[in-house]
Amino acid sequence: MRTNDVMLQTATKVVTFIILMFAVHIFFAGHYTPGGGFVGGLLTASAIVLLMLAFDIPTIKKILPINYVVLTAVGLLIAIATASASIIFDVPFFTHAYDYFDLPLFGETSLHSALLFDIGVYLVVVGVTMTIIQTIGEDE
Amino acid sequence: MSNLVLFPVVIPLIFAAILMLFPKKLHMQRAVAIAGVVATLASALVLFSKVNSDGVQAVTLGSWPAPFGISMVSDMFSVLLVLSSTIVTLFVLFYSIPTIGMKREQSFYYPAVLFLMTGVNGAFTTGDIFNLFVFIEVLLMASYALIVHGGEKPQLRESIKYLLVNIISSALFVSAVAYLYSVTGTLNMADLAVKIPQIEAVGILTVIAVLFLVVFGFKAAIFPLYFWLPGSYFAPPMAILALFGALLTKVGVYAIMRTYTLFFTMNTGFTHELLAIIAILTILAGCVGALAYFDVKKIIIYNIIIAVGVILFGISQMNAAGIEGSIFYLVHDMLIKAALFLLVGILTVIFGTSDLRKMGGLIKSYPIFGWTFLVAAFGLAGIPPLSGFPGKLLIVQGGFEGTHFWGSLVILATSLLVLLSVVRIFIYAFWGEPVKIVPIDRKHYLSMFVPTAILVALTVVLGVGAELFMPFISDAGEVLLNPSLYIDAVLKE
Repeated sequence: MRTNDVMLQTATKVVTFIILMFAVHIFFAGHYTPGGGFVGGLLTASAIVLLMLAFDIPTIKKILPINYVVLTAVGLLIAIATASASIIFDVPFFTHAYDYFDLPLFGETSLHSALLFDIGVYLVVVGVTMTIIQTIGEDE
Repeated sequence: MSNLVLFPVVIPLIFAAILMLFPKKLHMQRAVAIAGVVATLASALVLFSKVNSDGVQAVTLGSWPAPFGISMVSDMFSVLLVLSSTIVTLFVLFYSIPTIGMKREQSFYYPAVLFLMTGVNGAFTTGDIFNLFVFIEVLLMASYALIVHGGEKPQLRESIKYLLVNIISSALFVSAVAYLYSVTGTLNMADLAVKIPQIEAVGILTVIAVLFLVVFGFKAAIFPLYFWLPGSYFAPPMAILALFGALLTKVGVYAIMRTYTLFFTMNTGFTHELLAIIAILTILAGCVGALAYFDVKKIIIYNIIIAVGVILFGISQMNAAGIEGSIFYLVHDMLIKAALFLLVGILTVIFGTSDLRKMGGLIKSYPIFGWTFLVAAFGLAGIPPLSGFPGKLLIVQGGFEGTHFWGSLVILATSLLVLLSVVRIFIYAFWGEPVKIVPIDRKHYLSMFVPTAILVALTVVLGVGAELFMPFISDAGEVLLNPSLYIDAVLKE
């Protein structure tokens, strides 16, 4: 039975972007307040899953031709590389570096090397969540 | 501060991530996986020489001061285990190339093995009890992937049991860690070793110690928590079984050894007595299983359980002989179990079955293989001068010096049963009337036999050259007997 999902699809087109924006917000909120790569990644994955529910998996695969396993691997490598940079500077593993910069529009902003690590985490979370959901979803 | 401690943990992780990028390229997968393990082995050797010359190495992650950050600690005990687990993985990898099958190789077999290695090496290296949980989860995740790998029917059935048991024990682990934290206010192992003797509530600490014994006992397969092991280990192919048998239970054994020597020493009259009794029961239960089956895999699997009992009995004595014996036996057992699993793996390939009653007369067609098997079997049983002997001798001596002479007697008596259980394989498979065997070509046979034979040769070297290795073993035992060495290295770095 093919249900009429015009309402779901229309709402999804708007809501997906709201979720993605919120994911970015949560991601950057991560260092001093609750949030970060893990939650941001889960939110992003949930946006993609919503798209998959509203439309179907083949369509979404065409729009987002991402190999999620490769995405996971790249995320892992970014995270390890950030943590391993401390080996080059001869400080204990995982030591992070930060400083304050004057950026246009943002004003004085603190930039952390932990952000790079979090990007890795973000990619791993999106990759793993989507791999799991796709594997389960395709079995039907 | 020495980041070197982390290399054997991080290198396999990097290589596993790289391997995930191109799962279908067969030759690249093999080459990169082997390169990863060789690089890990090299880093472990460098770390070993560093620990040997400069003593215990420690680093606390993220430049946090020691009890607050996560410490990674490498003493002689941990580095010996890292070294042996890496060697085992390397040879199992060589063995898996001809045996594991192309389909498995192209669906993330090698990344899973390297993730397993990350978890195992991490668990051996970490100096933080919660981080130990994390690394055990890493290795469990990888082992879940490996146990269902290929998705055959028995594998799927057994993996459900395996998952359930491990999820329950992981939940218990977190609860036990929470109890420990609420009593002591710290999770850093060195800091725990400082704080626990100052706490007067010995009763609650004893309960926590026993809870940890249950948690680690699930992983290490002690009596009566070993029920999941024979079935689950039986399902996956031989290369994976060899990895599991040689490494996974040893992580549980290591965790018991570390916690029961470093900080759960406030009530040894109860906890270590309990450990000794459980160890002996584990040995007896393992012997029953090892003699009861006619299946070569099952026989060796039950021998894992026996070895766990022997090692834990040595540790429960808390004297130099017992602890050194346990360390030696642990290293020996990792190598010999991997070797034996690979040997019976070849046996099942040749006969096309793992049932002993359908085997026979192989000594005429494969004489060298037969004698190699006999050497490994004698090594397992601990016949001098092979590698099982020095460890067992020290453990038995520890029992006589301690209060559990009856335990030593049981170990001596069961050694004969162990010998019987493996020699039975030799008698059934190599003596008697030759039966029809599966023809395999020479090259394929050699690609399986050579890595196995080298592993057996290594155990012989470990046994015959025990005198050479003893200084390292006593170094390792020294740290376990004197927790202050460990504590100083972490807290005063």
